[in-house]
Amino acid sequence: MNLTLKVWRQKDANSKGEIVAYDVKDISEEMSFLEMLDVLNEKLVAEGDEPIAFDHDCREGICGACSLYINGEPHGPMNRTTTCQLHMRSFKDGETVFIEPWRAKAFPVIKDLMVDRSAFDRIIQAGGYVSVNTSGNTIDANAIPIPKEDADEAFDAATCIGCGACVAACKNASAMLFVSAKVSQLSLLPQGKVEAEERVKNMVEQMDHEGFGACTVTGACEAECPKGISLENISRMNREYLKATVSPGK
Amino acid sequence: MSATGLFLCLFLVGHLAGNLQLFLTGEEAALQFNAYAKFMTTNPAVKILSYLTYFSILFHAIDGIMLVASNKAARPQKYAYSNPSANSKWNSRNMGVLGTIILVFIAVHMSNFWYVMHFGSLPVDSAGNKDLYTVVISFFTDDSMGLIFVLFYVFAMAAMCFHLLHGFKSAFSSFGLRTAKTKVIFEKIGYAFSIVVSIAFAAIPVYIYLTH
Repeated sequence: MNLTLKVWRQKDANSKGEIVAYDVKDISEEMSFLEMLDVLNEKLVAEGDEPIAFDHDCREGICGACSLYINGEPHGPMNRTTTCQLHMRSFKDGETVFIEPWRAKAFPVIKDLMVDRSAFDRIIQAGGYVSVNTSGNTIDANAIPIPKEDADEAFDAATCIGCGACVAACKNASAMLFVSAKVSQLSLLPQGKVEAEERVKNMVEQMDHEGFGACTVTGACEAECPKGISLENISRMNREYLKATVSPGK
Repeated sequence: MSATGLFLCLFLVGHLAGNLQLFLTGEEAALQFNAYAKFMTTNPAVKILSYLTYFSILFHAIDGIMLVASNKAARPQKYAYSNPSANSKWNSRNMGVLGTIILVFIAVHMSNFWYVMHFGSLPVDSAGNKDLYTVVISFFTDDSMGLIFVLFYVFAMAAMCFHLLHGFKSAFSSFGLRTAKTKVIFEKIGYAFSIVVSIAFAAIPVYIYLTH
Protein backbone atom coordinates (compact mmCIF):
# COMPACT_ATOMS: atom_id res chain seq x y z
CA MET A 1 0.00 0.00 0.00
CA ASN A 2 1.02 3.61 -0.60
CA LEU A 3 0.52 6.39 1.92
CA THR A 4 1.12 10.10 2.31
CA LEU A 5 2.53 10.88 5.73
CA LYS A 6 2.36 14.34 7.23
CA VAL A 7 4.97 14.25 9.96
CA TRP A 8 5.91 16.86 12.54
CA ARG A 9 9.61 17.67 12.10
CA GLN A 10 11.42 19.75 14.67
CA LYS A 11 15.22 19.98 14.80
CA ASP A 12 15.45 20.40 18.57
CA ALA A 13 13.61 21.75 21.60
CA ASN A 14 14.33 25.36 20.68
CA SER A 15 13.57 25.21 16.96
CA LYS A 16 10.24 25.97 15.40
CA GLY A 17 8.81 22.80 13.89
CA GLU A 18 6.57 22.17 10.90
CA ILE A 19 4.54 19.45 9.23
CA VAL A 20 6.50 17.79 6.39
CA ALA A 21 4.86 15.51 3.81
CA TYR A 22 6.42 12.17 2.81
CA ASP A 23 5.22 9.60 0.30
CA VAL A 24 5.79 6.02 1.38
CA LYS A 25 5.34 3.26 -1.18
CA ASP A 26 4.92 -0.52 -1.17
CA ILE A 27 4.11 -0.78 2.52
CA SER A 28 2.98 -4.23 3.67
CA GLU A 29 -0.29 -4.45 5.59
CA GLU A 30 1.42 -6.81 8.04
CA MET A 31 3.94 -4.15 9.08
CA SER A 32 3.55 -2.45 12.42
CA PHE A 33 3.24 1.34 12.33
CA LEU A 34 6.76 1.72 13.70
CA GLU A 35 8.17 -0.68 11.11
CA MET A 36 6.57 1.51 8.45
CA LEU A 37 8.43 4.49 9.97
CA ASP A 38 11.63 2.39 10.04
CA VAL A 39 11.26 1.85 6.29
CA LEU A 40 10.81 5.57 5.74
CA ASN A 41 13.83 6.34 7.96
CA GLU A 42 16.06 3.90 6.04
CA LYS A 43 15.09 5.69 2.85
CA LEU A 44 15.79 9.10 4.45
CA VAL A 45 19.20 7.96 5.71
CA ALA A 46 20.06 6.49 2.29
CA GLU A 47 19.20 9.84 0.73
CA GLY A 48 21.37 11.66 3.25
CA ASP A 49 18.45 13.18 5.17
CA GLU A 50 17.94 13.26 8.92
CA PRO A 51 15.76 10.30 10.03
CA ILE A 52 12.54 11.02 11.94
CA ALA A 53 13.12 10.72 15.69
CA PHE A 54 10.45 8.80 17.62
CA ASP A 55 10.35 6.95 20.94
CA HIS A 56 10.12 3.17 21.03
CA ASP A 57 11.52 0.32 23.07
CA CYS A 58 9.88 -3.07 23.66
CA ARG A 59 7.57 -2.99 20.62
CA GLU A 60 5.37 -5.43 22.54
CA GLY A 61 2.86 -2.94 23.91
CA ILE A 62 4.06 -3.15 27.52
CA CYS A 63 6.83 -0.60 28.09
CA GLY A 64 5.07 2.69 27.48
CA ALA A 65 7.89 4.18 25.41
CA CYS A 66 6.11 4.57 22.08
CA SER A 67 3.76 7.47 21.62
CA LEU A 68 2.64 9.30 18.43
CA TYR A 69 -0.59 11.21 17.82
CA ILE A 70 -1.82 9.48 14.67
CA ASN A 71 -4.69 10.95 12.64
CA GLY A 72 -5.95 12.91 15.60
CA GLU A 73 -5.76 10.14 18.20
CA PRO A 74 -2.99 9.01 20.56
CA HIS A 75 -1.67 5.60 19.47
CA GLY A 76 -3.83 5.82 16.35
CA PRO A 77 -7.32 4.58 15.47
CA MET A 78 -7.28 1.16 17.23
CA ASN A 79 -8.66 1.03 20.78
CA ARG A 80 -6.64 -0.51 23.61
CA THR A 81 -3.56 -0.59 21.39
CA THR A 82 -0.15 1.08 21.60
CA THR A 83 1.42 2.51 18.46
CA CYS A 84 3.91 -0.38 18.28
CA GLN A 85 1.01 -2.86 18.20
CA LEU A 86 -0.87 -0.89 15.55
CA HIS A 87 -0.62 -2.48 12.11
CA MET A 88 -0.82 -0.95 8.68
CA ARG A 89 -3.97 -2.96 7.89
CA SER A 90 -5.76 -0.33 10.03
CA PHE A 91 -5.14 2.16 7.20
CA LYS A 92 -6.42 2.39 3.66
CA ASP A 93 -4.27 2.47 0.54
CA GLY A 94 -3.72 6.07 -0.53
CA GLU A 95 -4.65 7.47 2.90
CA THR A 96 -3.05 10.62 4.31
CA VAL A 97 -1.79 10.00 7.84
CA PHE A 98 -0.93 12.81 10.25
CA ILE A 99 1.78 11.95 12.78
CA GLU A 100 2.41 14.40 15.61
CA PRO A 101 4.10 14.33 19.00
CA TRP A 102 2.12 14.45 22.27
CA ARG A 103 1.15 18.08 22.79
CA ALA A 104 1.35 19.43 26.35
CA LYS A 105 3.22 22.21 28.12
CA ALA A 106 4.49 19.55 30.54
CA PHE A 107 5.74 17.35 27.64
CA PRO A 108 8.09 19.62 25.67
CA VAL A 109 9.26 18.32 22.28
CA ILE A 110 12.88 17.13 22.31
CA LYS A 111 13.08 16.40 18.61
CA ASP A 112 10.54 15.55 15.87
CA LEU A 113 8.07 13.14 17.49
CA MET A 114 9.95 12.66 20.77
CA VAL A 115 8.75 14.47 23.87
CA ASP A 116 10.25 14.79 27.33
CA ARG A 117 7.98 12.80 29.64
CA SER A 118 10.16 13.17 32.75
CA ALA A 119 7.31 15.12 34.37
CA PHE A 120 5.74 11.68 34.97
CA ASP A 121 8.95 10.50 36.66
CA ARG A 122 8.91 13.50 38.98
CA ILE A 123 5.27 12.80 39.89
CA ILE A 124 6.22 9.22 40.80
CA GLN A 125 9.17 10.51 42.81
CA ALA A 126 6.78 12.75 44.73
CA GLY A 127 4.91 9.78 46.21
CA GLY A 128 4.29 6.91 43.79
CA TYR A 129 5.97 4.30 45.97
CA VAL A 130 5.68 2.43 49.26
CA SER A 131 8.42 2.78 51.86
CA VAL A 132 9.03 -0.92 52.43
CA ASN A 133 11.60 -2.02 54.97
CA THR A 134 14.14 -4.15 53.12
CA SER A 135 16.45 -4.79 56.07
CA GLY A 136 16.18 -8.57 55.87
CA ASN A 137 13.07 -9.44 57.84
CA THR A 138 10.56 -8.26 55.21
CA ILE A 139 7.17 -9.98 55.44
CA ASP A 140 6.10 -11.80 52.29
CA ALA A 141 3.38 -9.68 50.62
CA ASN A 142 1.27 -12.81 50.10
CA ALA A 143 1.10 -13.29 53.90
CA ILE A 144 -1.30 -10.33 54.11
CA PRO A 145 -4.87 -11.30 53.20
CA ILE A 146 -6.33 -8.97 50.57
CA PRO A 147 -9.92 -9.12 49.25
CA LYS A 148 -10.00 -10.36 45.66
CA GLU A 149 -11.97 -7.30 44.56
CA ASP A 150 -9.32 -4.90 45.91
CA ALA A 151 -6.50 -6.95 44.42
CA ASP A 152 -8.20 -6.92 41.01
CA GLU A 153 -8.85 -3.18 41.11
CA ALA A 154 -5.29 -2.47 42.18
CA PHE A 155 -3.99 -4.71 39.41
CA ASP A 156 -6.17 -3.00 36.79
CA ALA A 157 -4.78 0.38 37.87
CA ALA A 158 -1.25 -1.02 37.87
CA THR A 159 -1.49 -1.98 34.19
CA CYS A 160 -0.89 1.72 33.37
CA ILE A 161 2.32 1.84 31.36
CA GLY A 162 2.80 5.59 31.80
CA CYS A 163 2.86 6.33 28.07
CA GLY A 164 1.07 9.68 28.40
CA ALA A 165 -1.72 8.99 25.90
CA CYS A 166 -4.18 10.30 28.50
CA VAL A 167 -2.43 13.68 28.51
CA ALA A 168 -2.23 13.70 24.72
CA ALA A 169 -5.93 12.87 24.32
CA CYS A 170 -7.27 15.27 26.94
CA LYS A 171 -8.28 18.68 25.61
CA ASN A 172 -6.87 20.12 28.85
CA ALA A 173 -3.62 18.10 28.68
CA SER A 174 -4.55 16.74 32.10
CA ALA A 175 -2.50 13.95 33.68
CA MET A 176 -5.26 12.92 36.09
CA LEU A 177 -5.71 9.41 34.63
CA PHE A 178 -2.02 8.57 34.95
CA VAL A 179 -1.64 10.03 38.44
CA SER A 180 -4.89 8.48 39.66
CA ALA A 181 -3.88 5.03 38.37
CA LYS A 182 -0.62 5.28 40.32
CA VAL A 183 -2.41 6.57 43.43
CA SER A 184 -5.02 3.80 43.15
CA GLN A 185 -2.72 0.83 42.63
CA LEU A 186 -1.02 1.64 45.93
CA SER A 187 -3.85 2.98 48.07
CA LEU A 188 -6.09 -0.03 47.41
CA LEU A 189 -3.57 -2.35 49.06
CA PRO A 190 -2.66 -2.52 52.78
CA GLN A 191 1.03 -1.82 52.12
CA GLY A 192 0.12 1.41 50.35
CA LYS A 193 -2.63 2.62 52.70
CA VAL A 194 -0.09 3.64 55.35
CA GLU A 195 1.23 6.53 53.26
CA ALA A 196 -1.95 7.16 51.25
CA GLU A 197 -2.64 10.71 52.48
CA GLU A 198 0.85 12.09 51.96
CA ARG A 199 1.08 10.29 48.64
CA VAL A 200 -2.05 11.76 47.08
CA LYS A 201 -1.27 15.28 48.30
CA ASN A 202 2.33 15.21 47.09
CA MET A 203 1.57 13.61 43.74
CA VAL A 204 -1.28 16.03 42.97
CA GLU A 205 0.89 18.98 44.01
CA GLN A 206 3.69 17.80 41.69
CA MET A 207 1.19 17.21 38.86
CA ASP A 208 -0.08 20.79 39.14
CA HIS A 209 3.47 22.10 39.43
CA GLU A 210 4.42 20.40 36.14
CA GLY A 211 1.74 22.41 34.29
CA PHE A 212 -0.78 19.72 33.41
CA GLY A 213 -4.40 20.89 33.02
CA ALA A 214 -7.39 20.00 35.17
CA CYS A 215 -9.88 17.17 34.64
CA THR A 216 -13.24 18.12 33.12
CA VAL A 217 -14.39 14.48 32.84
CA THR A 218 -14.65 14.38 29.05
CA GLY A 219 -13.58 10.73 29.18
CA ALA A 220 -11.14 11.11 26.26
CA CYS A 221 -8.31 9.66 28.38
CA GLU A 222 -10.24 6.50 29.24
CA ALA A 223 -11.30 6.02 25.61
CA GLU A 224 -7.74 6.40 24.30
CA CYS A 225 -5.80 4.62 27.07
CA PRO A 226 -4.09 1.57 25.53
CA LYS A 227 -4.54 -0.27 28.83
CA GLY A 228 -8.16 0.72 29.47
CA ILE A 229 -7.51 2.54 32.76
CA SER A 230 -10.94 3.73 33.91
CA LEU A 231 -12.20 7.15 34.98
CA GLU A 232 -13.18 5.62 38.32
CA ASN A 233 -9.53 5.96 39.29
CA ILE A 234 -9.77 9.74 38.89
CA SER A 235 -12.80 9.79 41.16
CA ARG A 236 -10.95 7.65 43.70
CA MET A 237 -8.03 10.09 43.64
CA ASN A 238 -10.43 13.03 44.13
CA ARG A 239 -11.97 11.16 47.06
CA GLU A 240 -8.57 10.46 48.62
CA TYR A 241 -7.43 14.02 48.05
CA LEU A 242 -10.57 15.43 49.69
CA LYS A 243 -10.14 13.02 52.61
CA ALA A 244 -6.47 13.92 53.02
CA THR A 245 -7.11 17.68 52.98
CA VAL A 246 -10.48 17.96 54.75
CA SER A 247 -10.11 15.35 57.48
CA PRO A 248 -6.51 14.15 57.62
CA GLY A 249 -5.65 11.25 59.92
CA LYS A 250 -9.05 9.56 59.71
CA MET B 1 -17.31 23.96 39.91
CA SER B 2 -19.06 20.84 41.18
CA ALA B 3 -20.34 22.29 44.47
CA THR B 4 -21.79 25.46 42.90
CA GLY B 5 -23.04 23.44 39.93
CA LEU B 6 -25.02 21.04 42.08
CA PHE B 7 -26.36 23.91 44.20
CA LEU B 8 -27.57 25.58 41.00
CA CYS B 9 -29.27 22.29 40.06
CA LEU B 10 -31.20 22.54 43.32
CA PHE B 11 -32.09 26.14 42.44
CA LEU B 12 -33.43 24.93 39.08
CA VAL B 13 -35.80 22.54 40.84
CA GLY B 14 -37.18 25.32 43.06
CA HIS B 15 -37.39 27.83 40.23
CA LEU B 16 -39.16 25.33 38.01
CA ALA B 17 -41.64 24.34 40.73
CA GLY B 18 -42.65 27.98 41.13
CA ASN B 19 -42.78 28.75 37.43
CA LEU B 20 -44.97 25.75 36.65
CA GLN B 21 -47.78 27.97 38.01
CA LEU B 22 -47.54 29.82 34.68
CA PHE B 23 -49.27 26.85 33.08
CA LEU B 24 -52.39 27.93 34.96
CA THR B 25 -54.69 30.45 33.33
CA GLY B 26 -57.42 32.76 34.52
CA GLU B 27 -57.81 35.49 37.12
CA GLU B 28 -57.12 33.17 40.05
CA ALA B 29 -53.90 31.87 38.49
CA ALA B 30 -52.65 35.43 38.06
CA LEU B 31 -53.40 36.31 41.68
CA GLN B 32 -51.70 33.13 42.89
CA PHE B 33 -48.58 33.70 40.79
CA ASN B 34 -48.30 37.35 41.84
CA ALA B 35 -48.63 36.41 45.51
CA TYR B 36 -45.91 33.81 44.97
CA ALA B 37 -43.69 36.39 43.24
CA LYS B 38 -44.14 38.76 46.18
CA PHE B 39 -43.24 35.99 48.63
CA MET B 40 -40.12 35.10 46.62
CA THR B 41 -38.88 38.71 46.66
CA THR B 42 -39.67 39.59 50.27
CA ASN B 43 -39.32 36.47 52.45
CA PRO B 44 -36.00 36.69 54.41
CA ALA B 45 -35.18 32.97 54.06
CA VAL B 46 -35.77 33.15 50.30
CA LYS B 47 -33.59 36.27 50.20
CA ILE B 48 -30.67 34.40 51.76
CA LEU B 49 -31.15 31.58 49.23
CA SER B 50 -31.31 34.07 46.36
CA TYR B 51 -28.05 35.74 47.43
CA LEU B 52 -26.49 32.27 47.62
CA THR B 53 -27.74 31.65 44.08
CA TYR B 54 -26.32 34.96 42.73
CA PHE B 55 -23.01 34.10 44.38
CA SER B 56 -23.05 30.55 42.96
CA ILE B 57 -23.74 31.80 39.43
CA LEU B 58 -20.90 34.32 39.62
CA PHE B 59 -18.50 31.88 41.27
CA HIS B 60 -19.37 29.11 38.78
CA ALA B 61 -18.83 31.49 35.84
CA ILE B 62 -15.59 33.04 37.08
CA ASP B 63 -14.19 29.69 38.18
CA GLY B 64 -15.15 28.31 34.77
CA ILE B 65 -13.37 31.10 32.91
CA MET B 66 -10.25 30.57 35.03
CA LEU B 67 -10.44 26.82 34.43
CA VAL B 68 -10.68 27.28 30.66
CA ALA B 69 -7.73 29.69 30.73
CA SER B 70 -5.48 27.38 32.77
CA ASN B 71 -6.49 24.34 30.74
CA LYS B 72 -5.74 26.14 27.48
CA ALA B 73 -2.34 27.14 28.89
CA ALA B 74 -1.59 23.46 29.52
CA ARG B 75 -1.44 22.93 25.74
CA PRO B 76 0.27 25.96 24.20
CA GLN B 77 0.85 24.20 20.86
CA LYS B 78 -2.28 22.79 19.23
CA TYR B 79 -2.43 19.63 17.14
CA ALA B 80 -2.44 20.15 13.39
CA TYR B 81 -5.00 17.38 13.01
CA SER B 82 -7.31 16.28 15.78
CA ASN B 83 -10.24 13.86 15.93
CA PRO B 84 -11.85 14.55 19.31
CA SER B 85 -15.22 13.03 18.43
CA ALA B 86 -13.48 9.64 18.42
CA ASN B 87 -13.08 9.75 22.19
CA SER B 88 -15.44 12.27 23.77
CA LYS B 89 -18.83 13.95 23.41
CA TRP B 90 -19.14 17.45 21.95
CA ASN B 91 -20.91 18.91 24.99
CA SER B 92 -18.26 17.59 27.39
CA ARG B 93 -15.61 19.50 25.44
CA ASN B 94 -17.64 22.69 25.09
CA MET B 95 -18.95 23.34 28.58
CA GLY B 96 -17.49 26.85 28.43
CA VAL B 97 -19.41 27.69 25.24
CA LEU B 98 -22.63 26.23 26.64
CA GLY B 99 -22.03 28.01 29.94
CA THR B 100 -21.55 31.33 28.16
CA ILE B 101 -24.88 30.91 26.37
CA ILE B 102 -26.51 30.17 29.72
CA LEU B 103 -24.85 33.20 31.34
CA VAL B 104 -26.09 35.50 28.54
CA PHE B 105 -29.53 33.95 28.96
CA ILE B 106 -29.47 34.59 32.73
CA ALA B 107 -28.60 38.25 32.10
CA VAL B 108 -31.40 38.65 29.54
CA HIS B 109 -33.87 36.67 31.66
CA MET B 110 -33.13 38.72 34.79
CA SER B 111 -33.48 42.00 32.90
CA ASN B 112 -36.80 40.73 31.46
CA PHE B 113 -38.44 39.83 34.77
CA TRP B 114 -36.18 40.06 37.85
CA TYR B 115 -35.24 43.69 37.18
CA VAL B 116 -38.83 44.64 36.31
CA MET B 117 -40.12 42.99 39.49
CA HIS B 118 -37.49 44.62 41.74
CA PHE B 119 -37.04 48.06 40.19
CA GLY B 120 -39.73 48.56 37.53
CA SER B 121 -43.05 50.32 38.12
CA LEU B 122 -45.66 47.62 37.73
CA PRO B 123 -49.44 47.81 37.84
CA VAL B 124 -50.91 45.93 40.81
CA ASP B 125 -53.52 43.20 40.71
CA SER B 126 -56.78 43.14 42.69
CA ALA B 127 -54.94 41.76 45.75
CA GLY B 128 -52.51 44.69 45.66
CA ASN B 129 -49.51 42.64 44.50
CA LYS B 130 -47.28 43.62 41.57
CA ASP B 131 -48.79 42.01 38.47
CA LEU B 132 -45.78 40.00 37.25
CA TYR B 133 -48.10 37.38 35.74
CA THR B 134 -49.38 39.85 33.12
CA VAL B 135 -45.82 41.04 32.44
CA VAL B 136 -44.74 37.45 31.68
CA ILE B 137 -47.74 36.66 29.50
CA SER B 138 -47.54 39.88 27.47
CA PHE B 139 -43.76 39.49 27.12
CA PHE B 140 -44.07 36.16 25.29
CA THR B 141 -47.18 37.11 23.33
CA ASP B 142 -45.85 40.48 22.16
CA ASP B 143 -46.71 40.99 18.46
CA SER B 144 -43.25 41.98 17.29
CA MET B 145 -40.79 40.39 19.75
CA GLY B 146 -42.77 37.57 21.41
CA LEU B 147 -41.78 34.79 19.01
CA ILE B 148 -38.13 35.85 19.01
CA PHE B 149 -38.02 35.68 22.82
CA VAL B 150 -39.76 32.30 22.83
CA LEU B 151 -37.18 30.93 20.38
CA PHE B 152 -34.30 32.45 22.36
CA TYR B 153 -35.60 30.92 25.61
CA VAL B 154 -36.00 27.49 23.98
CA PHE B 155 -32.48 27.74 22.50
CA ALA B 156 -31.04 28.67 25.90
CA MET B 157 -32.81 25.74 27.54
CA ALA B 158 -31.38 23.40 24.89
CA ALA B 159 -27.89 24.73 25.76
CA MET B 160 -28.64 24.22 29.44
CA CYS B 161 -29.77 20.66 28.73
CA PHE B 162 -26.47 19.76 27.06
CA HIS B 163 -24.55 21.58 29.82
CA LEU B 164 -26.38 19.56 32.49
CA LEU B 165 -26.06 16.26 30.60
CA HIS B 166 -22.32 16.51 31.15
CA GLY B 167 -22.17 18.63 34.28
CA PHE B 168 -24.53 16.75 36.58
CA LYS B 169 -22.77 13.38 36.45
CA SER B 170 -19.30 14.95 36.31
CA ALA B 171 -19.87 16.81 39.58
CA PHE B 172 -20.10 13.47 41.35
CA SER B 173 -16.81 12.39 39.84
CA SER B 174 -15.14 15.55 41.15
CA PHE B 175 -16.55 14.81 44.61
CA GLY B 176 -14.99 11.37 44.43
CA LEU B 177 -18.32 9.56 44.49
CA ARG B 178 -18.05 7.88 41.10
CA THR B 179 -17.33 4.15 41.26
CA ALA B 180 -17.94 1.34 38.77
CA LYS B 181 -21.32 0.79 40.51
CA THR B 182 -22.46 4.39 41.09
CA LYS B 183 -21.40 5.73 37.68
CA VAL B 184 -24.48 4.30 35.94
CA ILE B 185 -26.78 5.65 38.66
CA PHE B 186 -25.39 9.22 38.46
CA GLU B 187 -25.51 9.07 34.68
CA LYS B 188 -29.16 7.95 34.59
CA ILE B 189 -30.30 10.44 37.24
CA GLY B 190 -28.33 13.17 35.47
CA TYR B 191 -29.80 12.43 32.07
CA ALA B 192 -33.35 12.26 33.45
CA PHE B 193 -32.84 15.48 35.45
CA SER B 194 -31.33 17.39 32.52
CA ILE B 195 -33.97 16.41 30.01
CA VAL B 196 -37.02 16.78 32.27
CA VAL B 197 -35.96 20.13 33.78
CA SER B 198 -34.89 21.67 30.45
CA ILE B 199 -38.00 20.56 28.57
CA ALA B 200 -40.28 21.74 31.40
CA PHE B 201 -38.63 25.19 31.45
CA ALA B 202 -38.71 25.48 27.65
CA ALA B 203 -42.36 24.42 27.58
CA ILE B 204 -43.44 27.47 29.62
CA PRO B 205 -42.83 30.19 26.98
CA VAL B 206 -43.99 27.86 24.19
CA TYR B 207 -47.22 27.13 26.05
CA ILE B 208 -47.83 30.81 26.78
CA TYR B 209 -47.17 31.75 23.15
CA LEU B 210 -49.53 29.11 21.81
CA THR B 211 -52.41 29.55 24.26
CA HIS B 212 -52.64 33.27 25.01
